[in-house]
Amino acid sequence: MTDVALEAAALALEDTQRRPWRVLFAAAWSQHRTKIGLGITALLVGTAIVGQFVTPYPPDQGVANQLPFAPPSSDVWLGTDTLGRDVFSRFLAGGLSVLVLSGIATALGMVLGVAVGLVAAYSRGKLDDVLMRSMDVLLSLPQIVFALVLAATVGPELWLLVVAVGVTTMPRAARVTRGAAVEVVERDFVRAAEAIGLPRRRILFSEVLPNISSPLIVETTLRMSFNVAVVAGLSFLGFGLQPPAADWGLMINENKNGLTLQPWPVLLPVIAIALLTIGTSLIGDGLSRAAIGIERGRTSRG
Amino acid sequence: MSTETPAETGAQTPALELVDLRVEIDYGHREDIVDGIAFSVAAGEVLSLVGESGSGKTTIGLAVLGHTRRGARITSGEVRIEGRDILSLPPLERQRLRGRLVSYVPQDPAAALNPALRIETQLEETLSSHGFGSSDDRRARIAETLAEVLLPGDSAFLHRYPHQLSGGQQQRVALAMAFANRPRVIVLDEPTTGLDVTTQAHVLETVRALCAAHGVAAVYVSHDLAVVATLASRVAVMYGGRLVELGPTGTLFQVAAHPYTRRLVEAIPELSGQHALVGIPGTAPRPGQRPAGCFFEPRCTFAVARCRAEFPPVDQVAPGHEVRCWERDRVLADSLAARPQAVPLPDVSADRSLVLVQEIDAAHGPRQVLFGVGVVVRPHECVALVGESGSGKTTLARCIAGLHSNYDGEISFRGRPLPPGARTRDPETRREIQYVFQSPYSSLNPRKSIGQIIGQPLRLFFDLGGREVRSRTAEVLETVQLSASVVERFPHHLSGGERQRVAIARALVANPQLLICDEVTSALDVSVQAAIVDLLADLQRELGLGLLFVTHNLALIRTIAHEVVVMSNGRIVERGLVDDVLDRPQAEYTKKLLSDTPSLEAAIAASRV
Repeated sequence: MTDVALEAAALALEDTQRRPWRVLFAAAWSQHRTKIGLGITALLVGTAIVGQFVTPYPPDQGVANQLPFAPPSSDVWLGTDTLGRDVFSRFLAGGLSVLVLSGIATALGMVLGVAVGLVAAYSRGKLDDVLMRSMDVLLSLPQIVFALVLAATVGPELWLLVVAVGVTTMPRAARVTRGAAVEVVERDFVRAAEAIGLPRRRILFSEVLPNISSPLIVETTLRMSFNVAVVAGLSFLGFGLQPPAADWGLMINENKNGLTLQPWPVLLPVIAIALLTIGTSLIGDGLSRAAIGIERGRTSRG
Repeated sequence: MSTETPAETGAQTPALELVDLRVEIDYGHREDIVDGIAFSVAAGEVLSLVGESGSGKTTIGLAVLGHTRRGARITSGEVRIEGRDILSLPPLERQRLRGRLVSYVPQDPAAALNPALRIETQLEETLSSHGFGSSDDRRARIAETLAEVLLPGDSAFLHRYPHQLSGGQQQRVALAMAFANRPRVIVLDEPTTGLDVTTQAHVLETVRALCAAHGVAAVYVSHDLAVVATLASRVAVMYGGRLVELGPTGTLFQVAAHPYTRRLVEAIPELSGQHALVGIPGTAPRPGQRPAGCFFEPRCTFAVARCRAEFPPVDQVAPGHEVRCWERDRVLADSLAARPQAVPLPDVSADRSLVLVQEIDAAHGPRQVLFGVGVVVRPHECVALVGESGSGKTTLARCIAGLHSNYDGEISFRGRPLPPGARTRDPETRREIQYVFQSPYSSLNPRKSIGQIIGQPLRLFFDLGGREVRSRTAEVLETVQLSASVVERFPHHLSGGERQRVAIARALVANPQLLICDEVTSALDVSVQAAIVDLLADLQRELGLGLLFVTHNLALIRTIAHEVVVMSNGRIVERGLVDDVLDRPQAEYTKKLLSDTPSLEAAIAASRV
């Protein structure tokens, strides 16, 4: 879809639709990239949720009469892994943990980051500086290293992995929130709310927040796609689910030595994680293009 | 609409001629923005294109340059400059003509100048990109044009950046750039909208002098008829993408043959204040939403059956005066009748004060903006606070509203001292003082429905249930003359005037004692401005509100205010009853402000002589 056509479509939608976020989703949906992204993501999320109930074999036990690293056959469609367990069953059962952990971590990071960013943008002055500079400090720590340090001190706990990823997501979310909110808090409707004495909390959450929903929706999808890779990486390093549980990250780690003998137990989770990242990125990309199109359409109509 | 060139320029080719121009936009399906546009402008003449927002005047202005906005396209017609149709030229060649044969002065000079380049570089580029002479020639021309627009041509000035100049100076630089190559045609798109009256008067004088001196044909796009009356010799009135009337300025403003032109004239505030200010009800149709017959029919008081069926053709009233109206004879007969007289203001009992500001000093950061300013507003009284931008009038209004707390001195409200800052005041006081902001585009939360926006103060101040909120909202919408169905809509669905009514409704539901209106009409079209001022005057009369009316437009205050306070540079320079101050100004500053305010009456009087 060309830019001009997208703007025009967004404009026409704005006139008929009541809810602004519906306009965003509709304009995003009008692009092929969003549809493809949603398709890929839906396929993988569906696999992860339904998969564990339809495994041909128990995912954490060896298949009888099968050697480790057995090649694909009619019994075991994608062969067996390092301990002789069915690769396809482990793949079906192993997606949920990656998805749930990165989902919770993203939600946690966005909630914290949005709160910090809103307060910083509205308060200005010293509080703004203190908040945003401490976000910068957090931002300077690589996500993986930060998680490793935490895991090394506390031990490999799932809640710790979520906290580590969530906390490192926070500064990025805070920056985007502050950047978008700084312009909104200067507008007169915020002055109007102050003049009638609306509590600060309500000014932030009911006046300012809805006006930055577009960049935040975009940011959430991008952080999600990033965090899928981080969570999978951390569980590859052994800080996620522990053996014998089925998990995509763990599968890559366990089977990497047999890559030349039997590539499927490594390849399958790698492809799945890559597709999940690409799918969520495409959605984020479609949403962000739609947001820009709506904004341009609005200003060109003047 | 075709027209003959004015008799005095004779039979020679007009400098600019538009023939049956049509511009379309692609909304998924194609709609015309403007259609059937035809007029001509002689060398040295200023033709003004007037109309409400969205009437297509800027579209035509750009089309004269052979240009359109994104998504739009010129689909038929000709733009002839000195007899040559520039639309038939290849795009690259057309582009080369811009700035040389035809140039453009935009509304916002800050947007037209490159903030990273010095003034000299920008002017130099304008000339060198069209291959103008040697560098010495160019330097001489730059000095010449700067002198023409009354700017200093010394190297200190030439080395400045745009942000180091005032708004008026920036607009003069934009004018210098437009005139530097001695174009044949120039398009000025509301170039004085953001400027103070004094600066505006100077810029207009410069435009007039330059066009006359160099024989440039000018198209002046504007919605301010008072400005147009002082500048243009002929006026073309646009409505809904069509030219509805075209004629000499004096004729059009006295004996308009189109009902729309007449309503526009009646909407202009006059310094003399003899006539009532009458707005035009309804809104102008957007492309795709235009009625079947005459586009003005739904808002027209003269409409007959034929108007609903067919768009009227071009009809000549007199040589050089053309109109598109079926009922033009009735309109003409009627326009000679008297205009409605202004309603006298109610008397004010002068004993107690509603709000009393005593000798306050206020600062924005380190810069002091108010110096010992005092104002009194009594109950049921309207006080106008007048001054140019930077005079401190908005700061004073915001101090009273509790939006600016950095001041020394005392403000008391109904006899009790008012703490600075809205948060430190009790809810009752916050309810009794309400503020309406300048721009309704920024004062309404775009993500809230009108019902939510108006419901917010109701819930906060009165602790009402859903049903009660709905019925009060419906009541107040009726008071501000909006249909009850807007509660479901969002601000972007409404026009500027409708949004400002919503903002006023939001202030009124709180049942205030004092309403502060900060330049509430400056972001609106003239016709809408009249309706809003009319509404405020009615409300003030009926509800007995104390009203502090902040404005830069002296012509507006006669119809609404009892008293006027004139401010300049953070100090009060004159105060008194409106009639006294406007008829017998004492302070030099007030006199200057009055003489610089463009006036339709004065212009018409001058054209009669």
